Parts: sequence; structure tokens; C-alpha cells
Amino acid sequence: MSGPRGHVRGADGRTWETVVGLEVHAQLLTRTKAFCGCRNLYGAPPNTLVCPVCSGQPGVLPVLNRAAVELASRVALAVGARVRERSVFARKNYFYPDNPKNYQISQYDLPFCEGGGVPIEADGARLDIGLTRIHLEEDAGKLIHPEGGTDPRASWVDFNRAGVPLIEIVSEPEMRSGEEAYAYLAQLKQLLEYLEVCDCNMEEGSLRCDVNVSVRPAGATELGAKFEIKNLNSFRNVQKSIDCYVRLATGDGADTGGASDLSRHLDRGSHTLAYDPAEDRLTVMRSKEEAHDYRYFPEPDLPPLVVTAADLDRARAELPELPWARRERFASAFDLRPYDAQVLTATRALADYFEAVVAGGAEGRAASNWIQTEVLGALAREKKEFADFRVPAAGLAELLGLVKDGTLSGKMAKDVFAEMVSTGRTAGSVVSEQGLQQVTDAGALDTAVRQALAQNADAVASYLQGTEKSFTFLVGMVMKETRGRANPALVNAALKRALEALKSQT
Amino acid sequence: MITAAALAHDLRAGRLRPTEVAEAALARIAASDPKLHAFLHVRGADDLMAEAAALEKRPRDTWGPLAGVPVALKDNMCAVGQPCTCGSKILEGYRPPYDATVVERLRAADALIVGKTNLDEFAMGSSTENSAYGPTRNPWDPERVPGGSSGGSAAAVASGMVPLALGSDTGGSVRQPAALSGVVGYKPTYGRVSRYGLVAFASSLDQIGPFARTVEDAALLLGVIAGPDARDATCMAEPFRVDAAELAAGVKGLRVGVPDNLLREGLDPEVAAAFHAAVDTLGGLGAARASLELMDPAYAVSAYYIVAPAEASSNLARYDAVRYGLRLPSDDLKGMYLATRRAGFGAEVRRRIMIGTYALSAGYYDAYYLKALKARTLIRRDFERAFGKADVVAVPTSPTPAFRIGEKVSDPLSMYLADVFTLSVNLAGLPGISVPCGFTAAGLPVGLQLIGRFGEDARLLRIAHAFQAATDFHLREPAGSAS
Repeated sequence: MSGPRGHVRGADGRTWETVVGLEVHAQLLTRTKAFCGCRNLYGAPPNTLVCPVCSGQPGVLPVLNRAAVELASRVALAVGARVRERSVFARKNYFYPDNPKNYQISQYDLPFCEGGGVPIEADGARLDIGLTRIHLEEDAGKLIHPEGGTDPRASWVDFNRAGVPLIEIVSEPEMRSGEEAYAYLAQLKQLLEYLEVCDCNMEEGSLRCDVNVSVRPAGATELGAKFEIKNLNSFRNVQKSIDCYVRLATGDGADTGGASDLSRHLDRGSHTLAYDPAEDRLTVMRSKEEAHDYRYFPEPDLPPLVVTAADLDRARAELPELPWARRERFASAFDLRPYDAQVLTATRALADYFEAVVAGGAEGRAASNWIQTEVLGALAREKKEFADFRVPAAGLAELLGLVKDGTLSGKMAKDVFAEMVSTGRTAGSVVSEQGLQQVTDAGALDTAVRQALAQNADAVASYLQGTEKSFTFLVGMVMKETRGRANPALVNAALKRALEALKSQT
Repeated sequence: MITAAALAHDLRAGRLRPTEVAEAALARIAASDPKLHAFLHVRGADDLMAEAAALEKRPRDTWGPLAGVPVALKDNMCAVGQPCTCGSKILEGYRPPYDATVVERLRAADALIVGKTNLDEFAMGSSTENSAYGPTRNPWDPERVPGGSSGGSAAAVASGMVPLALGSDTGGSVRQPAALSGVVGYKPTYGRVSRYGLVAFASSLDQIGPFARTVEDAALLLGVIAGPDARDATCMAEPFRVDAAELAAGVKGLRVGVPDNLLREGLDPEVAAAFHAAVDTLGGLGAARASLELMDPAYAVSAYYIVAPAEASSNLARYDAVRYGLRLPSDDLKGMYLATRRAGFGAEVRRRIMIGTYALSAGYYDAYYLKALKARTLIRRDFERAFGKADVVAVPTSPTPAFRIGEKVSDPLSMYLADVFTLSVNLAGLPGISVPCGFTAAGLPVGLQLIGRFGEDARLLRIAHAFQAATDFHLREPAGSAS
């Protein structure tokens, strides 16, 4: 998309600007729930991680899990937000069976932190997407509507998830396209993983995203009517849903209803849409007619949340190098292309590994190439994760050292590496056990050349008559003599010398 | 009349056995409760006797401070093995899966929890007439109410069925029934006693408090249940203690503040007479009298009847037919909610939920709830000002003695005014106590309310104890009382 960010030409010829804001809910990786001592775990049998508090029995009270505050503090510091010294919990009142108290403990007008931003790169440009706020709240349980079964009208509630701590990260409406939204989500996910705050698994629901999108005539300062898109289950679908909305709203799409269709819904007051990725279609959500009145009021069972400078210092000390900072440092310190720096810093584990390989003596670019091709490539082919990769950094450094000092050719190194991966042995032990050292000794090479020439007189003859192709064949024969272990460059040189000598004899 | 302290002493000394005490309590309950209906649930005799027998087998030096003493609990506190109806149909049959902190502490003290007492539904009321299971009768006159909402606990102690009971006080629900039933009722400073396991009515106002015949007994029970609790984030961190010496320290040099501006009209003349005599008694004991001017209690009534219903509307949302309690099935979810709550909640509860929902709703929050919170701050400051001139504030607990069953129930506003002298105390979080201070010509009890500074529970008990040591109103018993 060229031209100003988010500018789209509508079907009516006018230019429109897309405005996107995202609300992301991230489950925090605390050991126990937000307000009780139940374990915070995914996948347990239904209603086995519950207690009187998180199942909303009469008479129970919430007690804040400070670990949730620690994790939220890390995020706030990483994005440069202003953490409130005193924030207030509030009750968000609404009735639903997955909501055990029929109110959710959240934060309303005095949230945990405000401001800050996330740097992203989209369409070649570097942007900083501002955040409005981040606040703490508890998750609801899960409703299961089984298809079929003895009573198709029965639904089941599992409260294992009720009370799991969440942070809600609200961005400013500063994104201008589906692509930017995707980039923002990807960067946010990486950040949360780096901070070890959330495992960011959209399929399991530990990361959820709602879209707020509107369009306005390019150049306008007021925001257009806002539509909300909910229940998106992947970053790609977030992007596609926004693109779909823009097409609809600017009247440019196969849907002949176009903008007039949406504005009809606007009149009826429905601003919530659902996206069908299979059909690439947006529909008005059938659910509630009126907006909820949540009747927020300060939670009387919890004192204000106090976060002191000392608390923040402690959280700051736990911060790792942030992903964008590490990317930049890798590019400059190890002389890597931006793309390589990005790949190598995708996760902290991988970045740590790369740095350890370099610290073990390997050269930056060599390590980068090797890791991307041999390690990540192989893992991808075998559908495995980096966590499954067992070769220690020092071991890879050793291997790369053997390539650098000529002991192994590149090709040999790959074979050795394969041995290292499957047996767990070091490069050194594989090489010495299999006698794989590259043959570089001049005498040994000359012997091999002599043998090859002696056994391939026809090829020699054909080369001497001018067939260049025979040289390559003879190189192959020399390599065969050395069982593939000769240094190719040295083979070339030795063979050339020998053939020249023969030439001069004729 | 035997006090809990004396009972505990005799049990400990071996002059009485826990099984004898348990049997006697069951007999008294069997004799009096059919008429009074103080109890909603009494534990089975086998169960109780087995517990008493088990206690007997243990060496007495391992016994807790309330070992073998019968205690009754208002039926809005969770105790495993007993129902918890909150006086409502919506929790009929509900059995809590956990113990309230106060119950845990009573068990650790080896108290004998005999049963659950009647209350206004979800603690909303001043007469116990709002119970879905029928009213409790005042032991002094069975045609009259015992007060509310903890009427069952008050009547159980007043009639001598048990020496100790726990109630809960949100706007006066321990103090007012204590006054109307002629017993001691204590509301601690907000946060003094853990609310974990107390079914919430208004979270920022609720406190659990003891009923007893004497201040000393009330202090004994308070000492067992009060103190820090990690499961209640609003509970104070400081431990609570009051020993016998402190309790008996007297009132010399202390100032008793009387808000003369509030006592000019609207008071029953017999209540007024008993009250003023009580203030004179305190003067005779060495306390100085200070004249105070306190804020018009009408503001407290208005603020309370916004804050409490607002919090209640949220606290009672959980009664939704989904996880426990009454369920009236329907064609859809909304239908199930509506049918169940309409059938399960009584009129007063529904009234307050509606008021509370309204006060919190968009467009009205600022005008009602926020405004009420601001009024609350002013009420707190009014007391702080008063406590510059006095160490304790004295008012009548209730403007009238016990009224007839049915007299006020059809006029909610007039019922609300029964708490005119008690509501402000909850709004300010202060400790308050009602002690018997006289009787009307018809023989109905009158209560003196003493209000202390925030956190000064020990001092308040000391002043109340001094008054009781100099009077004998608390020794009188209703006719036919089973002591």
C-alpha cells in the first residue's frame, strides 16, 4: 500500500483513512489465580482447580495475588507506561453463567498504568503504537455447549479458568491497517514471551484480541463510527477482519450492500461484528441489543493497589533485554543483516543460544548462517521446536571452529553435525572417532591425485585433449580416493599442478 | 443466670461436664424455641452429644477458652455440616463447603456450636420479620419483635437457650436487637473481625459481633473471633486482646459525649428517661459529661440506604440458580434467572436490590452512589470532631422499645428509621455496643448505645463493663426464661 498510512480509495472515489485500536487480554503466568490459591493451569479436568472463592460461594472474599502485580509491572516498565502508585479495583457487574459472582473484579477509572507504547515495523516503516492503559482483572470460567448429547439445550460450565489473572492492554487508535495490527500483535506477543509474563497461546485462549475499527474521510480529525470485532482466534484473522471491514465501509468489495449495509446497523445501534474467516465476511453479532451497563463501582473487598518505587525497582531488575533492543544490538554488534537479527532474536532462548555460540569462539555471521540453515531449518522440517534442540552452544561453537581452522569442510561439518544431533556427542569426538579430519596434508593429497590419475587414464587423456569437463570428473575421483575428506580447494590446486606437469611432458 | 465466663470456668474446673452442659442446652432449646423460633437449625442431639463426649475425653489443659460453651450462629455464617439459608428461600438446602474464619476460631476454642439462628433475609431488616421462614418472637413479649436483623441470636441469648451467640451488624443488626431483647450486643470496629465466611450484604459496612448477657462474656467471645485473617483483605493487621484487668479499669477521667441536639424529639419518653438515667450513672462512676452536636442522622439514613443496597445488589448477584441454591428451570437463561430470583428473594431483598442497581446505574452513579460516599466521609469527620471532645459517644440504641409483630412491616421507611441511631456508626466504621439500661413500664428492655473511636474496641468494652458493673438491668430475665 503506497501513499499515506491507512489511506484507501473507496468505491465512490473518495479517499478514506482506517483507524484501528486493539484490546488484548493476556493471561498471566502466575502459579495461582488472581484472588485465591487455586493453581493457574490449562487443561486440567473440569472443575478440579476451584475453591469456594473462585466458584463464588456465599461469604467468600478475594485476596490479591501479588505475583500478578509483579508481572503486570514488568509489562508496564517494558512499554514505558506510567504506573499509578495507587490504582483501584472495581466491580464490573453483569450476569452470565461463566461469571461466578456475576461481577468481574477489574479496574475502571484508576487503572494499573497508562501510556507507553510498542515499537513496530510495518510496510517498511518504523512506528510507535501508543498504549492507552493496562489494567488487571480476573478471567471468567468457560462455557461448553456440546453438540448433540442427551440434551442439546444443556450447557456446561468449567470454573478452572475463573479467577485466572489477566492484563488488558488497550492501545491508542493509532494503527492504520490490518497489516499494522498484525505487526503490533506479533511484537506484543514477542514482548510478553520475553518477559515470561504470558505464553501467548491464542488457541488455548491465553491471548485474546478484540478489534476496534472505524474509517473517516482522509484528513478528518474526528473519528468515524466505531465497530468492534470480537472472537478472533488468530493474528491473521485480526488482519483479515480489518481488511474486510475497510472494504465494506468504503464500499469497495464484492458485497453490494457495502457502506449502506453497515450504516443501517449503525442506526440500530449494533456496533459489534463477528468475522468468518472461511467466508472472509463480517456479520453483525446476534447477541445483546443494548450495550451493557456494567455499573462499575470500587471493589469494597480490596484495598487500593499500591505499587511503590521499590516495587518497580524490583520489577525492573527482573527485566531482560527487550526484544527490539536486542535486535538492534545483534545487528550492530555481530554485523548481521536486520532480517538475521530478527530471526535470531525471535525468542530469548534462541538469542541466548546464538550469543553463547559466539562467546564460545564462533564468528557472528557463521553462527547466524549455521543456526538459521542447519538448526532452524532442520527443526522446521521435522516439525520440532527449538526447545527440543539438544546441542549445547559450546558444542556448536566447537564445530564451527573446526570449519574455520580447516579441519572440516562445510559439507563434512554438516555430516558431523547430524551425528552430534542424533548421538549427543561432541564435534571433536565424532571427528576423531571417524577420522573425518579434512585431508590437507600435501603429501597425502599428491598420493591421492596420483592414484586417481592412474586409475582414470581415459579422463586424463580427454582433459589433455581439451575437455574441461573431465577436470571436474577427476576432482570427483580424487575426492573418492580420500573418501570425501580432502579440502576441495587444495584438491583443485594439487590436481591442476599434476595435470600441468603431465601436459608439459607431452 | 449463668454467664459464659462462669460456665467455661466451671467446665474447666471439672464441676460441670461438657455432656451435661450440651444436654441442658438442648433441653432449654426444646422447651423455648417452639414458641420463640429463634433457631432455623439445631444440630442433632447425637451429633452434639458425641462432640461433647469427645471433648470430655481430652485432658482439660488442652481445652480452648470456650471449651464446652454452647454458641449459636446467625444463619448467614458458613459452617460445614449445617445449612446456611440466610433466612431466604434462595439458599434453602444449601450446605456450605467451608467454614467461616469465625467458625474455625470457635472450633479451635472448643466452643459447642449448637445451631443457626433466624434473621431478616440476607440481613436486610430491623425486626426479623423479613425471614422467609417466619419471624422470631421477643422473649420479653412474644407478640413483639426481637429486633433485627440478628433477631434469632438476640432471642436465643435473651431467653437463656445459649449464653453466647454471633450476629452480624451492617446498620445496627446486632446492637438494635440486643437493645430490644435486653442483652449485650457488640459491633466491632470495621476490620476487627474477619468477614470471610459471612455472607455479604454490604461489604464496606458488615461486621460480625457477639451477643451475650454480660460485657465480660461479649469480650471473651470477641477475643476468640477477632484478629488478623489472611483471607480477608479488609481485616486489620493488628491482633486484638483485652484482658480482665483492662476491662475492669473503670471510667474515671473519661468523657462521655451526648449529642443533645439529636435527642430533643422523636424519642419514646420511656427510652429517653432510661437513657438519661444511664448517662447519669456513668457520671456517677467518674466520667465527665460533654454536650455534643452531631450531624442530623437523616443524612446517615439516606447515605446508608444508597451505599448498602448498592453493594448488596452486587453481592446478591451470585444467587443465580447456576451453582447452588434454588433453581427454577425455564426455556432460556434469562428466564431461569428471573424466575429463580423472583421466587427465591422476598420483597425487602428485591426492593433493596432494585434501589442499589438504580443507584449504580449509568447516569445516576454520580448523583447517588458517589454523593453517598461523600456524605459518608462527612459523617466520619463529624465523629472525629466529636471525639475531640469525648472518649465515647452515648445515644439510645433504638428510638423505641420492641414494636409489635406486623406493626412496621408494611411501611419500609418507618422500619428503616428504627436504625436511626445505629447506621452512622457503620458508615464511620466505628465500634459500638448496646447494653441493657432500663425497662419500660410494660417491661420491655431499653438499650444504651456507646460508640467508640475507630480501633478503640478495648476502651469501649471497658466503659460498657463499668456501666454494667454498677447496674443490674442485665440480670433481669424474661418470664419463663429457661436459664
